[in-house]
Amino acid sequence: MTELLVKNACVIDPIQGINGEIMDIAIRDGRIVESVSDRAEVIDAQRCLTLPGGIDSHTHVCGTKVNFGRYMSPEDMRAGRTQRRGRMHVTSGYYVPTTFGNSYRYSAMGYTTLLEGAMAPLEARHTHEEFTATPHQDMLANTLFDGNWAVMDAVREKNIKKTAAIVGWTLNAIKGYAIKLTNPGGTEAWGWGEDLTSIHDQVPHFEVTPAEIITAMIQANELLKLPHSVHLHCNNLGKPGNYQTTLDTFELVPDLNPDRQTLYATHVQFHAYGGRTWRNICSKAEEITRSVNSKPQIVMDMGQIMFCRTMTMTADGPMEFNLHCLHHNKWSNHDVELETGSGIIPVTYSKKSAVNCIMWAIGLELALLTKSPWQCLLETDNPNGAPFVKYPEVIGLLMSKRYRDEECATLHPDTEGNTSLCALEREMDWHDIAVMTRAGQAKALGIINQGKGHLGTGAEADIAIYPIRTDSVDPAREYRKVVEGFQKTRYTIKRGRVVSQDGEIIVDGANATFWANAKIPEDIRVDNDPEFIRRFQEFYTVRMSNYPVQEIYLPRGRRVDTEAFT
Amino acid sequence: MLVNDVVCPFCGCLCDDLELEVEADRVVRVLNGCSLAEATFMNDTRLPAPIRRTSTAWEKISYDEAIKETADILKDADRPLLYGWSSTHGDTQSVGVHIAELIGAVIDNTSTVCHGPSILAIQEVGHPGCTLGQVKNRADVIIYWGCNPIEAHPRHMSRYTTFATGFFVPDAQRERTIIVVDTRRNDSGGIADEFVQIEPGGDYAVLSALRALVRGKESVIPKKVAGISKEQLIRIAGICKNAKFGAIFFGLGLTMSRGKYKNVRNAIELTDELNRHTKFVISPMRGHGNVYGSNEVFTWMTGYPFAVDFARGIAFYNPGETTAVDILRRGECDAALIVASDPGANFPRVAAAHLAKIPTVLIDPHVNATTSLSRIHIPCTAAGIDAAGTAYRMDGVPIRLKKVIERGYPDDAEILKKIYDCLNGWMIP
Ligand code: SF4
Ligand SMILES: [Zn+2]
Repeated sequence: MTELLVKNACVIDPIQGINGEIMDIAIRDGRIVESVSDRAEVIDAQRCLTLPGGIDSHTHVCGTKVNFGRYMSPEDMRAGRTQRRGRMHVTSGYYVPTTFGNSYRYSAMGYTTLLEGAMAPLEARHTHEEFTATPHQDMLANTLFDGNWAVMDAVREKNIKKTAAIVGWTLNAIKGYAIKLTNPGGTEAWGWGEDLTSIHDQVPHFEVTPAEIITAMIQANELLKLPHSVHLHCNNLGKPGNYQTTLDTFELVPDLNPDRQTLYATHVQFHAYGGRTWRNICSKAEEITRSVNSKPQIVMDMGQIMFCRTMTMTADGPMEFNLHCLHHNKWSNHDVELETGSGIIPVTYSKKSAVNCIMWAIGLELALLTKSPWQCLLETDNPNGAPFVKYPEVIGLLMSKRYRDEECATLHPDTEGNTSLCALEREMDWHDIAVMTRAGQAKALGIINQGKGHLGTGAEADIAIYPIRTDSVDPAREYRKVVEGFQKTRYTIKRGRVVSQDGEIIVDGANATFWANAKIPEDIRVDNDPEFIRRFQEFYTVRMSNYPVQEIYLPRGRRVDTEAFT
Repeated sequence: MLVNDVVCPFCGCLCDDLELEVEADRVVRVLNGCSLAEATFMNDTRLPAPIRRTSTAWEKISYDEAIKETADILKDADRPLLYGWSSTHGDTQSVGVHIAELIGAVIDNTSTVCHGPSILAIQEVGHPGCTLGQVKNRADVIIYWGCNPIEAHPRHMSRYTTFATGFFVPDAQRERTIIVVDTRRNDSGGIADEFVQIEPGGDYAVLSALRALVRGKESVIPKKVAGISKEQLIRIAGICKNAKFGAIFFGLGLTMSRGKYKNVRNAIELTDELNRHTKFVISPMRGHGNVYGSNEVFTWMTGYPFAVDFARGIAFYNPGETTAVDILRRGECDAALIVASDPGANFPRVAAAHLAKIPTVLIDPHVNATTSLSRIHIPCTAAGIDAAGTAYRMDGVPIRLKKVIERGYPDDAEILKKIYDCLNGWMIP
């Protein structure tokens, strides 16, 4: 039995309805309890800001595409290297760090749970291997279904049960957590070098539309009672005028789940552009947020960009190729048979580029114009918009109008006329930030009852104590202190153990991987369906028996059972 | 006993549809595999126990002794080299990286003598590729450039390309156009619809000519380029541009001939150019079963696919300087640990000769040319035969190798973990 007592913590725990109370937190064997014995180890939080461990609900840190980003970028590996020190392994890389680099830096920032944004089922084993090498965060994997042949066939047949059965079997086989759709249908079209331009275009050969795929997958998701909703990267990412596609997509979404959203729309900044060309691109954040404000069934995340050099990596192969044709830098592409695509290119977001400045402003506008912070979560689509180490700056910008104004003064002159950012007075408070960086994520991902995102009795003791005294810092004026404070915790506690102290990692990690297991009735299980098996054996290049990820790849797997079809 | 859907660990194709007949501790029959697979599973003669060289012969030693002495050698070294890793599974590779990090060694894999130049090219311009099933299901044009799949990857054509039935290519043999480019006509060239015979060292020029043609710059092409007529070049550029889905596979004929990584870069840029007209992909034909896995594991752990030097504490990468052959050739290295490979057979003579001068330890299931250069040889399991673990196919698809028999050998990952523990114990004061 190990016990820990965190004393004098200034706790903000939105899920428990705690906002800035000074209290003690008792921990036994990794969980939060009512009280501990007087033998417990004691940490004095000295009235510092104490939050549930940070949760990133959309980041790219592990798997085929991320690793290829490293593989092709020795220039970035050189940019962020540290030596082996104490418990810490060597790290390399700045915007696509090595797994240990990701894990240590997230931990130093108080993050204890991450959702990998995109995992192709065929390559899931790779993602899980990297999860094991990302030891300080619990991991979950979004699983790509955007170009899944079996799914598209079932959608065309309008067979929701079968769609659900395919999804359920796949998640179980490859130990995925949630359904991810990246440019649905578009990644299959990219198999022929083509793309789709609206949610009503037909996918070549499969005769289904993105709208039909999204609608069916939402229904399948709820039929499977999956903890998370469908997680969508809309069609037409990064194209001027794409806000209309985004709005059309939002209109498809019914409100089906009382506990959480029915659609999670990711990196919406990249999907909120007006105009027709790169010359007259403008913000449509107002239109997008008006839609979201009226639809509790939608949660989005920002997809904030920050001015820096970084790398874009997504399953959206055609988008990456278009971007490559603009940037003429190196380009990698990796399509995955019967499932999805992917692309990678390095980019630099510059204040000298009007387009980049407008993108930067849109991300902030989305957050500031969304009434409920539960509906617009903070992230950068790491590393697409910026590496996650920039989150503290994003927090600073959201909390301080003055910081925004100072930044705006350095931007391209076309920014002001094409966005409304400068006119927005809203300054978020500590509670808003706690929602946008952990509580909102826990709710959206459906992991509150796994003990995540809050500090109630029974919760997992994942805690971040920041060197910030909310009673003495005025975030509107002293935004630098806010940024610095969120960069490095005093203590990051993971499952009751202090893992990081003042930015130093002090123990070896022992993360868990959550995956969803939906019980599917025997008669519709696809692994009993001879036609499904036949097509699998004929068109995949691995045998169906070699496709599932063995449990040995999840040394601390946490299966989340669902009562599907009930 | 019959075992189904067995993965062949031998080459980068990692065919996973083999059927083995197993009797006690040996494989007696291999179905579906090629002749290389048969040899891998059936001619699996192991070194029975660890051996150490004496002044006149070899003596048998225990595993504990061998492990202790290996750790001693590594501890005493100023510039240790850990090399190989391509014929074993990911756990072993990962422990190898941890040892390198711990003792400040150079760690390198066999890419250094095969597709190292491809990696350099990819680091300059990227890699438009895909999984092999995309090619199987869609490709109507296949180009093999500087490689001979019939010999080196015998089932590549039947499982993934030329003869494989694909969803959009139901009649593979009739619907696919096969182009083979090489300096001499090999077996693979024999089945090509279009054989392109390049003068040795002419790859770069031919790739440039094709790029120009794809861009519509016909007028700049001379009558002949590296022995190939302008007519044939125009024909080939046309086939490529009119493809629905084209795939280029290249081998050491491109990476190791004059121009080296620049050739690969040019081929990638041709692929890039073709994507402005249709869909095209390119892929190196990775040789050893899990060489790509060693690149993957090295990359997520250190940031670099090969040639990683930990001497400064950080991971440092500079191919040409931190590559195994160069470190040996310069006589810099004073101890070597070779795992799951045979540099004795594949390295330039000076580099191999240096291995014989320094204390070299080999951890490999089989006696090979490196044994005779080594001071100690520790036998172990063979991944995919009597040990399970992850391997990455040439296209990045991770596959779990199976353990099909038990032969009583320790896993190489276990041996390395013990070496790591010895070293770690000594390092902590
Ligand atoms: S082609 Fe390669 S992987 Fe396939 S059976 Fe032959 S040697 Fe084994
Ligand atoms: Zn993303």
